[in-house]
Amino acid sequence: MLLETRALTANYGQFRALFGVDITVAAGECVAIIGANGAGKSTLMRSITGVIRNEAAMVLHRGEPIGALSSAEIMKRGIAMVPEGRRLFASLSVEENLLIGGQARKAPGPWSLEAVYDLFPILRERRKNPGTALSGGQQQMVAIGRALMSNPELLLCDEISLGLAPVVIRDIYAALPKVREGGAAIVLVEQDIGKALAVADRVYCMMEGRVTLVAKAAEVTREEIHSAYFGVAA
Amino acid sequence: MMWLDTLVQGMLLGGLYALFAAGLSLVFGIMRLVNLAHGDLIVFAAYLVLTGVTLLGLSPWVAALIAMPVMFALGWLLQAAVLNRVLGKDILPPLLVTFGLSVAVQNGLLEAFSADSRRIPAGALEGASLDLGLVTVGVMPLMTFASAILAIMALNGLFYHTALGRAFRATSDDAVTAGLMGIEPKRVFAIATGIAMVVVTLAALYLGMRANFDPSIGPARLIYAFEAVIIGGLGSLWGTLAGGIIIGVAQTAGAAVNPEWQILAGHIAFLVVMLLKPRGLFPRAVD
Repeated sequence: MLLETRALTANYGQFRALFGVDITVAAGECVAIIGANGAGKSTLMRSITGVIRNEAAMVLHRGEPIGALSSAEIMKRGIAMVPEGRRLFASLSVEENLLIGGQARKAPGPWSLEAVYDLFPILRERRKNPGTALSGGQQQMVAIGRALMSNPELLLCDEISLGLAPVVIRDIYAALPKVREGGAAIVLVEQDIGKALAVADRVYCMMEGRVTLVAKAAEVTREEIHSAYFGVAA
Repeated sequence: MMWLDTLVQGMLLGGLYALFAAGLSLVFGIMRLVNLAHGDLIVFAAYLVLTGVTLLGLSPWVAALIAMPVMFALGWLLQAAVLNRVLGKDILPPLLVTFGLSVAVQNGLLEAFSADSRRIPAGALEGASLDLGLVTVGVMPLMTFASAILAIMALNGLFYHTALGRAFRATSDDAVTAGLMGIEPKRVFAIATGIAMVVVTLAALYLGMRANFDPSIGPARLIYAFEAVIIGGLGSLWGTLAGGIIIGVAQTAGAAVNPEWQILAGHIAFLVVMLLKPRGLFPRAVD
């Protein structure tokens, strides 16, 4: 298994945000994690990427415990993150934001500066601009490109459609199949259930820090999602 | 033409203050750390160079070249072992730690070298001068100024045109997200402090060759460095050079009017700039 969490818990001080979360992601797979605000989706991402440290055995990468590693060490193992809110570096240009994504991990793969520019041509035109001077959609493209620059084997996308216009979301989502063609598995954290189910192989639904549904995206029913998402039957 | 001479001598003095301040500016720009021991570390480096000159018989330049990697290692160690542990949202712990370090360095130097004033011998360069027609300038101040410009150019080149500089700026912007890019912020901070100590050694070389020094003069160097950094705008290296020049010119002009006014004039210039531009002339840092 490429990535696995086992009875993963996470706390913010006295407040427990995750209660024994188990998820698995196979190589090349696209997994959607859906849930309402406060369900624990972003906390799960922060735990997987080492922003929140855990017990080592709670997060496994190819069977090896990584739960206690730093973000940098986890990233160097090939797990890249598109963080919620893009979080581009304000003092770096678009091109520098992309370059820094591939600076620490030199792995062979399909992604390079040119490949990212081919994926999002607008970024080539804006490459000298400060990253934060772009529109929200273009910033999201930079954030995705930045994560791809390390040629990750797992790409974690946290709320990539949040706050974007529908036409922009469509463009962003159009890039995901190309990312999968490049060989990377994807974990997609989303509130937009329709978008998530359209691209994912499997879906996890979370509520109040627990996984309430695991299903194949093509087979899950509206009623099952409603029940898992809100905790009440449709 | 006395005013021109005052202006030129002041600018050259500003080069020395810019050297004092460049390391402070670099460290503040990257990790928002105000190192209160900065002046004492300059004096420490001056004693290190002096030791190379007096004990090993080296020329000051060779002694400084040897001292630079030593100071880099000490800076790296200081950051990795001590300062990284206290860096966080609260600015007080690093201030207290560096204040304590300042006291420890001063007393350590006092114990090792006594309170006697010392000077790094620079031979014929000490009194050498160049006649430029309208003004005559000392070779040593000229070299100090040129070194300050070269040091700031080098730091700017590092900051804006290298992968390490990219990591510096990214970590300065957002250390958590930099971690997600595979960058270890604590390692970046340690390298930055190491580089700052190399610049400190260069400043110490000129400090020691141009004037007498003793273990107690660090805090005054820190104040000049602070004023230069703040006048220039926090985090801006060229601004730091401008700040150094403003203090240097003000001090020289003050001394030309009355020698007792030299230091006071520099502080007044600082206060005037703060009144007119509270964020400094070229602020880069936004927080």
